[in-house]
Amino acid sequence: MRHAGSDTNTGTPGPAAFAARYVGVGAYFGFVLVNSEVVSWYRIQEMFRFHSFHMYGVIGSAVLVGMITVWLVRRYELRSIGGEPIAFKVFDPGWPRYLLGGSLFGVGWALTGACPGPIAALIGAGLTGFTIVLAAAVLGTWTYAQVRHKLPH
Amino acid sequence: MELILAALRGPWPWYVAGPLIGLTVPLLLFLGSKRFGLSSNLRHMCAVLPSRNSYLRYDWRREGGWNLLMYAGIALGGLLAGVLLADPAPVEVADSTAVALARAGLEVDGALAPQELFSWSSLFTVRGLTVMVLGGFLVGFGARWASGCTSGHAITGLAELQWQSLLAVAGFFIGGLLATHLLLPLVLAL
Repeated sequence: MRHAGSDTNTGTPGPAAFAARYVGVGAYFGFVLVNSEVVSWYRIQEMFRFHSFHMYGVIGSAVLVGMITVWLVRRYELRSIGGEPIAFKVFDPGWPRYLLGGSLFGVGWALTGACPGPIAALIGAGLTGFTIVLAAAVLGTWTYAQVRHKLPH
Repeated sequence: MELILAALRGPWPWYVAGPLIGLTVPLLLFLGSKRFGLSSNLRHMCAVLPSRNSYLRYDWRREGGWNLLMYAGIALGGLLAGVLLADPAPVEVADSTAVALARAGLEVDGALAPQELFSWSSLFTVRGLTVMVLGGFLVGFGARWASGCTSGHAITGLAELQWQSLLAVAGFFIGGLLATHLLLPLVLAL
């Protein structure tokens, strides 16, 4: 009989366990984002003015931990707990999209002091005005979908 | 007990926060071979709406269901850390940043984001509207053009040693520096 927990036959989680798993990862991440103050508009201002090491330390050490674990996964061809092989994303080879799209994103990051993750964390933390920022970001993505064939990639 | 509560309230130094953020990458890989990157959610939210656009027509539940759940979880984590276990002390800001912002016409208020720019009532001010709507729009437009944001490029992509991500992060800083030093003073003067 299949119930809301994990499916014991295949090891794949049922819908409730699947949802709990990813909501849980998100809650962990959101909690860390707020407690490290990287969701703060002021911290982003410090970063872009080179007035504090905080953001550089956070991003640098996060990348270092990610790099070591990704290296281990590749080196030992590790699999997920469900036995799936772990593949890495292959990005499109063109360069303009990364530099141009990245620069526009950077302008938005500096103005709002928030990237997509922190926008959700801030809404949860009670700064509900950021729902407007989120709606504008969704509109930005929708607009990109409409005009993308005219842009260099 | 009080020590634990104090630790949970934060704020945490970079050498605690950074590694904990970095661990999200292997956590998602091991839980289900998922790649950490949050701006895809903006695309999934568009894909929920009916559309004939080929970029937005795909099975968002299958591709992005897990990521949308994670995104909702981030708001929950924000609620836990920012409301239930909120740190009562004002958010730290470097003195030099506070001075520069004051010169541009914005006083540091100790909140996570200046209420003068991001409260509901600031929607009716030109500078609040500009920062929230133009800024948010560019976050969504730029992240999808660059096919990633801070999480997908600056953390996961750099951890994977992808040159495209290094280029995107260079772009983040070009745009961020221009906006901070040239655009923001103009917007704050509005």
